[in-house]
Amino acid sequence: MRPGATGFGLRTRLVFAFLLVAAISAATTATLTYRAARSAVLQQAQDTAVGQFRDRIAAYTVSLPLDEPALKDLCITLAREGKPHSWIVFAEYGRLRASSSDRPVSDVITRQLRDTARTEAHGSFQRVVKDGRPWLTVGMPTLYERAGERRPTGLVLYAVMPLDVEEANVAAMVSAARDGALPALLIALVPALLASRSVLRPVRDLRRAAAGIGRGELDTRIEVKGSDELAELAWTFNESSRNLERSVAELRQAEARARRFASDVSHELRTPLAGMLAVTEVLDEDAAHLSADTAAAVRLISAETGKLATLVEDLMEISRFDAKAARLNLDEVDGAETIRKTLQSRRWEASVHTELAEGVRVVLDPRRFDVIVANLVGNALRHGAEPVSVRLWTEAREGRSWLVTEVSDRGPGIGPDALPHIFDRFYKADEARTRSAGSGLGLAITQENAALHGGTVHAADGPDGGAVFTVTIPLEGV
Amino acid sequence: MPRILLIEDDPSVREGVELGLRRRGHEVLAVETGEAGLGALDPFRPDLVLLDLMLPGMNGVLVCRRVRETSQLPIIMLTARGDDFDVVVGLEAGADDYVVKPARTEVLDARIRAVLRRLTDPVERTGTEVHGELTVDRAGLSVTKGGEQLALAPSELKLLLHLSASPGQVFSRQQLLECVWEHGYHGDARLVDACVRRLRRKIEHAESAPRYIQTVRGFGYRFGPLG
Repeated sequence: MRPGATGFGLRTRLVFAFLLVAAISAATTATLTYRAARSAVLQQAQDTAVGQFRDRIAAYTVSLPLDEPALKDLCITLAREGKPHSWIVFAEYGRLRASSSDRPVSDVITRQLRDTARTEAHGSFQRVVKDGRPWLTVGMPTLYERAGERRPTGLVLYAVMPLDVEEANVAAMVSAARDGALPALLIALVPALLASRSVLRPVRDLRRAAAGIGRGELDTRIEVKGSDELAELAWTFNESSRNLERSVAELRQAEARARRFASDVSHELRTPLAGMLAVTEVLDEDAAHLSADTAAAVRLISAETGKLATLVEDLMEISRFDAKAARLNLDEVDGAETIRKTLQSRRWEASVHTELAEGVRVVLDPRRFDVIVANLVGNALRHGAEPVSVRLWTEAREGRSWLVTEVSDRGPGIGPDALPHIFDRFYKADEARTRSAGSGLGLAITQENAALHGGTVHAADGPDGGAVFTVTIPLEGV
Repeated sequence: MPRILLIEDDPSVREGVELGLRRRGHEVLAVETGEAGLGALDPFRPDLVLLDLMLPGMNGVLVCRRVRETSQLPIIMLTARGDDFDVVVGLEAGADDYVVKPARTEVLDARIRAVLRRLTDPVERTGTEVHGELTVDRAGLSVTKGGEQLALAPSELKLLLHLSASPGQVFSRQQLLECVWEHGYHGDARLVDACVRRLRRKIEHAESAPRYIQTVRGFGYRFGPLG
């Protein structure tokens, strides 16, 4: 499967990473800010409150002992002076309990505060959250001086004040931080996208260029911008493409030289052969009047000249296929008629059994199709055994109509070892086999001719032994 | 004893072909260049020219054109298969047939005789036929258009006679190759196409809208019907 088809792309991942970093920074900042701000606000509130309370009590002269109304008065007086915070004052004196509110005892003051308030001369305080409301509770013992020593009078005053305002301030800060985080994330999207684009554009270029190289456009290069790793990658890519282009060019040149050589050789051979082939008849005719040895020699030369001419002709044909210079001269013909003519012109009608679908009009190159059929039938007659049969029919596959030609024999078959190589040039199925009448290029040419028609040729061993060659070409031409 | 003028630059081919043809009863004059070939036309008065396409100096196609300018002498080109372009150019230049080198003498001889043979008319007809502006004299083997004698190469004349013998009947290119060129089967259909083009140039008013030799797409050619 092609990567990138599923999962997250580089862009998505980069943007996510950026947003994650931004979110973590925003959250961390908000948390730290909140904590610092909260403790600063509360600290300030309680310092002010404790200081004030202490001052108020110190400024107040309490005459002991106290009764309950006096204690209550004291509480109310102190509560009135609570600024800027209003506080509720509770007083505890022995068993007496009084407060500036209608409840004599506060339920916010903890035992812990009471204990420390009694012992700590400077008083103590505690933040308490009760029923979701934050309170500051301050406990302050009153002292009297005796012989230069301050002693507790036993009267302990408590101030209880709600910290709602401060809490609200802090909450406002938190929500400000939280509300600030969202735009921050949105703003973080911009550099995220920019960064991902700066990474992705070279990556995209690289991908496009790599695809170009894959298509064979070896002169594809990427613009190298900047001096970062991506630029380095682009530079490396360009360097690799350059090297690839160079080696491919060298290979192509070598291949072209080899092809040209084969083509030149066969062309050069053709001229002397044309002269030789023109006189073989003379040799054959006069051989009868020569001495036995000379006659044999002359006949041999004549026969081999014929074979050599065939070989050179086939070599040139292969060279043309290799050079992509082979062209189809299409004509619309009757399939069965064409095959019959091929067999007739080589005088094979007697030895070949035919089953041909009649009236099939097909667009093909008659000369090349003749070569295809003649090669296959010739092979079957030479290497296989009679009866050789040729069958012709049409098939519909892949939304097209195909002309199928099958040539089979009842010989030993091709064999599994030879099957993969049967269409190779100069392939000899039997290494020890003597040179046959064929050039050794017949099947290679057959395959090329079928391919030129936009078709295929397939070799197999038949179910009842013998080789079966199947040629399939499109009915309407290429 | 047909007289053959062989124009071939390679000595071994020249000698070989000359020897082979002479053994088959032809009178052969072999020359090396196109210029020499053109110069030998008058003194030698050949019945047929065998012309190598790849000649040094004046090439075969040019020689072919020169010959056609003045005479309707049968011309067979010697070519190498694969020099497809040359074949087409040579046929357009007016060659009647071509043989691929290397060729056995029997093949060469068969082609020569086929080109020189008069068309065997399946229906023994004599006298003249009139098709529109064309007057076909089957006995005298001549064609006039609007009273003017047409200069037709042997293959052109044979093709026209064959097609006009059965007006309205469609002949496939392979049928024409067999009947007119005696090519057996799997001949080169381009021979027919080139010959039809040359013929149209000489007899049609508008080559793009032929009246006499009409193309039946996918099947071949037919003469008329003139309607």
